[in-house]
Amino acid sequence: MTDLVSPMPPSGVSIGSEAGSGTAHGHHGHYATLREPLIKGNKSLAQVTDDICRPLEGKPTRLWYVGIATSVTMLLVGFAAIGYQMYMGIGTWGLNPTVGWAFDITNFVFWIGIGHAGTLISAVLFLFRQRWRTSVNRAAEAMTLIAVMCAGIFPLIHMGRPWLAHWVFPLPNVRGSLWVNWRSPLLWDVFAISTYFLISATFWYVGLIPDFATLRDRAKTKIRRATSAVLSLGWTGSARHWMRYELVYLLLAGLATPLVFSVHTIVSFDFATSVIPGWHTTIFPPYFVAGAIFSGLAMVLTLMLVARKVMRLEDYITESHVGSMCKLIIAMGGIVGLAYITEFFIAMYSGNRYEEFVFLNRALGPFAWAYWIMVVCNIVTPQLLWFKKVRTSMLTVFILSLFINLGMWFERFTIIVTSLHRDYLTSSWSDYSPTSIELLTLMGSFGLFFTLFLVFCRFLPAIAMGEVKGILPYGRKEKEPVQ
Amino acid sequence: MTHRFVLGTFRSEDDVLGVVKAVRARKLSLHDVYTPYAVHGLDEAMGLRPSRLTWVCFLAGAVGFGLTMLFQYYTSAFDWPLNVGGKPYNSLPAFIPIAFEATVLFAGMAVVIALFIRCGLYPGKKAKIPGPRVTNDRFVVVVRLDSADASAEDVQMLMEGFGVEAVDERVGGVA
Repeated sequence: MTDLVSPMPPSGVSIGSEAGSGTAHGHHGHYATLREPLIKGNKSLAQVTDDICRPLEGKPTRLWYVGIATSVTMLLVGFAAIGYQMYMGIGTWGLNPTVGWAFDITNFVFWIGIGHAGTLISAVLFLFRQRWRTSVNRAAEAMTLIAVMCAGIFPLIHMGRPWLAHWVFPLPNVRGSLWVNWRSPLLWDVFAISTYFLISATFWYVGLIPDFATLRDRAKTKIRRATSAVLSLGWTGSARHWMRYELVYLLLAGLATPLVFSVHTIVSFDFATSVIPGWHTTIFPPYFVAGAIFSGLAMVLTLMLVARKVMRLEDYITESHVGSMCKLIIAMGGIVGLAYITEFFIAMYSGNRYEEFVFLNRALGPFAWAYWIMVVCNIVTPQLLWFKKVRTSMLTVFILSLFINLGMWFERFTIIVTSLHRDYLTSSWSDYSPTSIELLTLMGSFGLFFTLFLVFCRFLPAIAMGEVKGILPYGRKEKEPVQ
Repeated sequence: MTHRFVLGTFRSEDDVLGVVKAVRARKLSLHDVYTPYAVHGLDEAMGLRPSRLTWVCFLAGAVGFGLTMLFQYYTSAFDWPLNVGGKPYNSLPAFIPIAFEATVLFAGMAVVIALFIRCGLYPGKKAKIPGPRVTNDRFVVVVRLDSADASAEDVQMLMEGFGVEAVDERVGGVA
């Protein structure tokens, strides 16, 4: 109780002194509970800070070391594979004149898709005022950035001569200048993905500024104080700054929302504007966007279910958060399933024999196994999420999320490889299987993904403290808890 | 003259909203409020004017769109027209996707830079905070005493009605 009358502490003493039930505070417990609170444990503001900063300030757990060692090893093996194929040329891949796109483009679309759920959670759900997003948006946005980096590797190495990668930008040059071809969807993709990366990074950093200030003001070591001071840009928490900050955050969310739709639309144009049966369909943009968000949500769940356990954030990422994401997965999975059926039906109904053939070949041909993995993992198993018993079992949700990750990878593989391998002329029919170099490169991209995510969890607040504090029922007498 | 400030430290946003309204009703000068998170309704309670950053966003987006369209036109129809698959040199509809991306990029970057300039945020800036806990769990309401005879006691009395935790007087600055 002494805390009530003591003056403002001159230094960081008594931070977190009200850990516990918070009964010292007169306004606590006077709100009506209509729905379960979003954050469990009746947290005070200082408790939120302590809980979220704890994993950053202590020593990493043994599990973290095991994780980082494994993922760095995978990353190094992947680097070695990339180095080898740079040196030897991309003849080290399993491509042939018929199947000219396969593993690398599959991985590219897979990773870009993963990223989209981060933007959905951070921007789209913000516009829809879904307050549960505050517990997961920081990590989901980090996942977006990392996934876009992983995606970026593949078109780069696909060029064969990545040292000439700057040729994709319209830079003045000594050949004329000879400019880029603005009519090509591949060039649109360059702009879409660079914009997506820059805007996502900005959005993420802007969200981090107030949290850097919190870290700065509680830092115990010199190096931590110095770095967080630089990164917080001198943030004070002044109400005038908060007002402008909130506005800019809203504007960025409003910009990121159409951006995320445009990015995967343009990725789908890479295929849809070609004249390959199986690719040349108008359903591609919505189909790709839904698939991207679907796969990304599964990856968010995979990461979050591990993170909440390892970092002891169960009070923040509760079963109801997981439940909300499961419901989004059902919705997105429904759209994806509908797209599969529509695509197949239209192919049969079109009267176009090439189109018909491609789809029958997908379901019954030599790559039928890949097609049916896709169908089972993306349309069949996610239906289990309709049951509350399944949604509240974290282990089952985790396993189902892994299934979707697998299924969505095979979706891209199916779309790309089965549309190409049986060309118009039977004489050019061919097979495709990845070489060890391609498999190791994919493994390397997973290594990069997990390495960067583990580094993020270790050094940055994985949950947006400033946002979570704003949705706590703490300190609101009359209003019911904000949902 | 050097300003004198009265700083009241509070523990909850309800108290802050109440005291801010009372301070303004008494015609006292509300200098600023420091909060650990964005308190909804505080800008209205303080009577802050809506920010004009929206315009920066809109104008930068328009500039981005315009410049990108012009650049695409200049390079493909004027500087070096190339026949690509018989398509027109000025393939306007095909220029839209990149112009859209540029709109988003310009608008987003410009509005964030404008935010930093308007709030005076830059790397290496020393944060002038009234106390170490405003970025953690405390709210500080700062009232400026304009005239020499204004009394800090009056402000303190007012704040005590809203469960103030501590009242401090500072001369010259808030931090």
